[in-house]
Amino acid sequence: MKYRCPNCDHVYDEAQGEPHEGFPPGTLWSQIPDDWSCPGCAVRDKVDFELVSDAS
Amino acid sequence: MSQATLTPAPATRWSDPKRYLWLLGPAIPVIGGGMLVAYWQTQAAWTLWFAVALVHVILPVLDFLFGEDAANPPDSALQALDNDRYYSWVLYAFVPLQIGVTILGAWMAATMDLPWYHMLGLAISVGIVNGVAINTAHELGHKKDKLDRWLARISLAPTLYGHFYVEHNRGHHKNVATPEDPASSRFGETFWAFWPRTVMGSLRSAWHLEAERLQRFNKGVWSTENENLQSWGMSAVLFGGLLAVLGWAALPFLIIQAIYGFSLLEVVNYLEHYGLLRRKNADGRYERCQPEHSWNSNHTVTNLFLYHLQRHSDHHANPTRRYQTLRHFDDSPQLPSGYAGMITLAYFPPLWFALMNKRVVRHYKGDLSRISFQPGKREALMAKYKSYADEVRAQQG
Repeated sequence: MKYRCPNCDHVYDEAQGEPHEGFPPGTLWSQIPDDWSCPGCAVRDKVDFELVSDAS
Repeated sequence: MSQATLTPAPATRWSDPKRYLWLLGPAIPVIGGGMLVAYWQTQAAWTLWFAVALVHVILPVLDFLFGEDAANPPDSALQALDNDRYYSWVLYAFVPLQIGVTILGAWMAATMDLPWYHMLGLAISVGIVNGVAINTAHELGHKKDKLDRWLARISLAPTLYGHFYVEHNRGHHKNVATPEDPASSRFGETFWAFWPRTVMGSLRSAWHLEAERLQRFNKGVWSTENENLQSWGMSAVLFGGLLAVLGWAALPFLIIQAIYGFSLLEVVNYLEHYGLLRRKNADGRYERCQPEHSWNSNHTVTNLFLYHLQRHSDHHANPTRRYQTLRHFDDSPQLPSGYAGMITLAYFPPLWFALMNKRVVRHYKGDLSRISFQPGKREALMAKYKSYADEVRAQQG
């Protein structure tokens, strides 16, 4: 599953994780803390991210 | 699909009228270095104070003479403008020039047997170059490109401010215009009260941010992966190398230029969000950062020297947007002068308050409860500005 920041379009991909942020590949979205901010812009937080549908 | 029939007729191609004027950014270390060479050759004292005059007198006067430019590039031109590598090279050029000026300054300080007041002028000149460099590092540090991010950290080395790279992106941008942000100044707070709060608070915040990140790897804060320690390591290499070659005589110079340099950044921080406050939503989170939460200026000359830093609202809404594409918003709060003139005023609190406080009240349409007050001064300042706020509200109808 992938989730996108509605502000800067940064994508969190569960398969890739976010190694620099301390989330290894395979880290599920549900395991990310709620107050985690977008590493792209820091304008929006985890709870603002939107699920990227497979079709896109 | 047939390209020939569907491609719209080419509109007149938009070209960036400021394309080559952006070279004024890297002109700062060229001017700074040029003045050092001039002093070395002529020992004329004025050359060591030219940089101070440039920032505090010449740029404000030029801002007054050339005025404002609120033009935005057309949407159709944004993509090409964003992709144009030329603009990156204009940024990159600053960093080697700045390091060169730092080395030249240290060499002059250690070998020229200067009287103390000339040493001070030399250190302040180089401090201005390295302080303006924090603006370059700021632009570079927001980018995802590895080269950009490395250059950002090298650029911060001479001011010992490598932690800015961590704190600014992950701390200041998240907490801007809230009481939690050490780098957002408050209504009634003088620059001199703000300075220790932001210097110490930003350092503390950067340290905690890295500790938190490293903890997710099960690593301690003293890990070699700590980006604060890595960046300070660059400063240690630069300062250590210069001291090893030039001796301890270079140390006072290095310290003074570093403090002057990062203080220049902090005075800019002071004016960027003065008195502005994000409200809390019903869920307890702060409202998202909006254009109304940053002070802007369209003064052309300072914008060219600072890579559009003064279009600060768009920067906070879209922190990864490149300087050449930052836009002016009509609803964003505007400063009466460019940042260069405003920082000069910020050193004199009565002048700053006289010029800015009523502006903040007007920005909030007379609703004093929306202002971010300096703790302890809230009641007194609310009483002081009550009648003016009533007046503003009456004008609103």
